[in-house]
Amino acid sequence: MKNFEYLLAAWIAVWAVFFFYQINLGRRFAKLRDEVERLKQQIQLLS
Amino acid sequence: MKRPVLSTLLVTLLICLSGYAALFVAPDERTMHAAQRIFYFHVPSWIAMFAAFLIAVIGNIAYLTTRSPKWDWLGVAGAEVGVACCTIGLITGPLWGKPAWGIWWTWDPRLTTTFILWLLYISYLLLRGMIEDSDRCARMSAVFGVFAFMDVPLVYMSNRLWRTQHPAPVFFGGPKAGVDPRMGRVLLLCVIAVLGVAIALLLDRYRLERLRYELGELRLTIESRNLDKQLSVSRERI
Repeated sequence: MKNFEYLLAAWIAVWAVFFFYQINLGRRFAKLRDEVERLKQQIQLLS
Repeated sequence: MKRPVLSTLLVTLLICLSGYAALFVAPDERTMHAAQRIFYFHVPSWIAMFAAFLIAVIGNIAYLTTRSPKWDWLGVAGAEVGVACCTIGLITGPLWGKPAWGIWWTWDPRLTTTFILWLLYISYLLLRGMIEDSDRCARMSAVFGVFAFMDVPLVYMSNRLWRTQHPAPVFFGGPKAGVDPRMGRVLLLCVIAVLGVAIALLLDRYRLERLRYELGELRLTIESRNLDKQLSVSRERI
């Protein structure tokens, strides 16, 4: 298939951007959730 | 992040189906051959970007009128997903342009206005990171978001208003516009798949911002309780 390398590069780029963005969101979410849990425990200790 | 299994499976199935249809079902284009198939990822990413930025500006305007943080969360979620889709469009465009035009990039009105749009929304996201006060951050970024959105109609109209290197619009571009019906069906499937992914990401980003807000509220609660404690201790001393 002529020009297949461009198609392959575009196909990889599309799903790589979405995939890494999803991974990034998951990491940020996990970090915030841990922080929220820690603060909730701190509030319980204060009260 | 917990997401319903059914919707995850549906989006995954759509991604696989659209990939298969774009690579093997869609008819081959005579001059560009395989490179033309980039069209099935390039156009849906722009459609998803326009939808995401539209959601962002709705959030921005609604925040400025209601001051409800929920609209701010929607604004930032739309902006960030829009930037991701715009990045995909800016990567796949040159990958299509090189075999079609012989060059990776040219500063024609469509490409330039799109690049400016990308820069504007990157600035929007950077601006949010620079302001610590949450109310001020939401207000300032909402105003900037409305300003940034002004470039969206310009991007859409650029190849209708001016002569550009970029091809004339395939859809809603006059009597000569249009594609082979088989190409149209594959494109529709790809649009649904990319929109499905964009919606899933938008919902996740919204949840993330809601959690960030919850964290801010918890910090305030701790600060106020610590302050109360300090006040009671100092009163006892007096």
